[in-house]
Amino acid sequence: MTRKGKRLAVIGGMGAVLALAAGLVLYQVTDTIVFFYGPTEIHEKNLQPGTRIRVGGIVVDGSVKRGENLAMTFKVTDGNKEIAVSYRGILPDLFREGQGVVAEGVLQPGQAFRADTVLAKHDENYMPKEVADTLKKQGKWQGEAKAGETR
Amino acid sequence: MIVEIGHYALVLALAAALIQTALPLWGVISRDAALMETAKPAALAGFLLVAMSYGALTWAYVASDFSVLNVYANSHSQKPLVYRISGVWANHEGSMLLWVSILVLFAAMVALKGREMPLRLQAAVLGVQGSISAAFIFFVLLASNPFERLLPAPVEGRGLNPLLQDPGLAIHPPLLYVGFSIAFSFAVGALIHGRIDAVWARFVRPWTLLAWIFLTAGIAMGSYWAYYELGWGGWWFWDPVENASLMPWLAGTALLHSTLVMEKRDALKVWTILLSILTFSLSLLGAFLVRSGVLTSVHAFATDPARGQVILAILIFFIGGGFALFAWRAPLLKQGGLFAPISREGALVVNNLLLAAITAAVFIGTLYPLALEAIDGSKISVGPPFFEATVIPLGVPLLLIVPVGTALAWKRGDLYGVAQRLMVAAGLALAAMIGVFAWTHGGPVAAPLGIGLGAWLIFGSISEILARSHRTGAGPSLMLRRALGLPLAAWGAAIAHIGVGVAVIGISATAWGTEKIALVRPGEVLQAGPYTVRLERSFVRNGPDFRETVATFSVLKGDEVVGRIEPGKRVFVAQTMPTSEAGLMTAGLGQVYASISEFEPDGSVGVRLYWKPLVTLIWIGSMIMAAGGALSMFDRRARVAAAVRAPHGAKPAGA
Repeated sequence: MTRKGKRLAVIGGMGAVLALAAGLVLYQVTDTIVFFYGPTEIHEKNLQPGTRIRVGGIVVDGSVKRGENLAMTFKVTDGNKEIAVSYRGILPDLFREGQGVVAEGVLQPGQAFRADTVLAKHDENYMPKEVADTLKKQGKWQGEAKAGETR
Repeated sequence: MIVEIGHYALVLALAAALIQTALPLWGVISRDAALMETAKPAALAGFLLVAMSYGALTWAYVASDFSVLNVYANSHSQKPLVYRISGVWANHEGSMLLWVSILVLFAAMVALKGREMPLRLQAAVLGVQGSISAAFIFFVLLASNPFERLLPAPVEGRGLNPLLQDPGLAIHPPLLYVGFSIAFSFAVGALIHGRIDAVWARFVRPWTLLAWIFLTAGIAMGSYWAYYELGWGGWWFWDPVENASLMPWLAGTALLHSTLVMEKRDALKVWTILLSILTFSLSLLGAFLVRSGVLTSVHAFATDPARGQVILAILIFFIGGGFALFAWRAPLLKQGGLFAPISREGALVVNNLLLAAITAAVFIGTLYPLALEAIDGSKISVGPPFFEATVIPLGVPLLLIVPVGTALAWKRGDLYGVAQRLMVAAGLALAAMIGVFAWTHGGPVAAPLGIGLGAWLIFGSISEILARSHRTGAGPSLMLRRALGLPLAAWGAAIAHIGVGVAVIGISATAWGTEKIALVRPGEVLQAGPYTVRLERSFVRNGPDFRETVATFSVLKGDEVVGRIEPGKRVFVAQTMPTSEAGLMTAGLGQVYASISEFEPDGSVGVRLYWKPLVTLIWIGSMIMAAGGALSMFDRRARVAAAVRAPHGAKPAGA
């Protein structure tokens, strides 16, 4: 092979690998991302049941109901609309009524949501960013007062 | 008083760092040896001053001086001494000070190793490193001062986040912070200095290796902490903060391999310089992601958007500056010779290409949510399915070529010879794969395939050592002598690659794991793989600074009790914040893992129970990788880099 041919072969090989990687990434990104919505947005957007999403907001006071064998339901609000969430399993340590929560799962018919993952944070003063933004959008954000205490 | 001295020392350290930047760099440009000579004392003074400052903060923590805001917010007088010391870096301000300490420590080490290095290179490197230190000291002083006072002083502190009160976390952050800044300083220093060759590669390699070893160990430590402390039973979540540490690790791994090519063949210069800048950029990006809280993460503790912006500004300055300098000076670099695709350096190019592609995939997956939110305001999360679907197809070919690459000769490899050499290893790996597949017939297919890949890496690395110590007609004793006489770098590479294989086996075996979530009453049993787990009783007990509800489970194999696990939930006095304590029993290389919910009124308890076969291999493999890196550090050529300045084109000893 000539010097030029070799260089072309090397560059061609590199191009092939990079194209493969780019293809993989683009193909997967459209397929695997999960959108985050607040309860109001779910209501307005008329999402199809069966859509996989993340829901965030505040757990409504007094809405946590425990059922048989670790099944439970609770409501999540952004101060405007609510959505009922059902979940079976063990909740994170910092799950509390009146506190922020993010749940991932599948939208059910009739504005209900079945979660398979419930996330709360490591830090009791922390509000998940998505939840804070959702509350701000609905004009219910109380400010950084609580977080400010740690400083 | 001591606190004020610490504060003052930090201000002086800023001055020292500015001197360390300005004078030597001016000296490098104007070729003034006297100015270049100032780099060394400035770096040493900067180190001593920062050490004083760090010592003062540590003293405030140990003495529980709550008049210091930072101590008040993050410590408690009842806290055990070890967590008072680790508490220094378990918060934003302290961790930034720790980072500064590491920056100046590296500068001091480069200054002390100076006799071996050309003066101009050393001055340039120290000058650039000084500018990084200066930027971060400035940031600490202005935006996150750990020495701020609080008057009147409270009698008691607020305590440390209980999740951070853990031996794993006490040593985890310092490991991560020993960063790639020095590789950046070498790259930018060399661009200013204008001489980039095999000698440069030989100098930069030990430092890159050191950063890589600590990052490897740090990531493994953080992964194990998340595994047992978060109670979800997972060891890697593809969480933004985890990705933030993985990206510099991937780029740093690529850098380690590309400096090898540069050192041996004087090629890939432009790429290596680019990679050095890129690796540090990714470290800075990681710091920004972790500190700013722009991405939701389970690992982020001290987040503050305002400070994030300052880090972003620092990041843009250094990345922008680094790349601008690169664009300006890189065309001046004389390219090394071309080489045959089938050769050691050819294989290393493929290694770099794939590692760069994986880094890019992780980068896109991590930052795509940010970009999308900026563009159209929609919020998304990119989860494990994306990363698994992109990283695995790129990672498997990368690992498959490792034994082939290490067996190929430099310059012109002989693929047929390599195939002969690796036949036994390939046969053993295939046998392992088929054996495992037959033994676990009907189970997941991914696990035997992954174990075959791990075995290929392990046997391939062993056969490399054997082949290099083999001589026709030589007896075993001569072979052993030859093996021991191999350069430590060869042993280090083989051991690191074996570590990768071990970790791959551990990761693959997770496919066989079982998970159960159930509500159990005392006396009831659950199945966890080959073991049966029985709830004995649940009770409440008091620890030094927490109250704990505990469930005692017996682990049975058949009818025989083989162990006991006690998962619990702790509520810490200072914070009234609950944390989970997983119950773990290590059986062979696997683990039985349980975490519990709060007790129900009737004494039953919700339990999440896992059987995780071979899971410990993931962390054992990572430690073997780090050990392999450490062995390479002690290679003769790494220690006396300058003394063995091989003439251009000479055949290096290890080839």
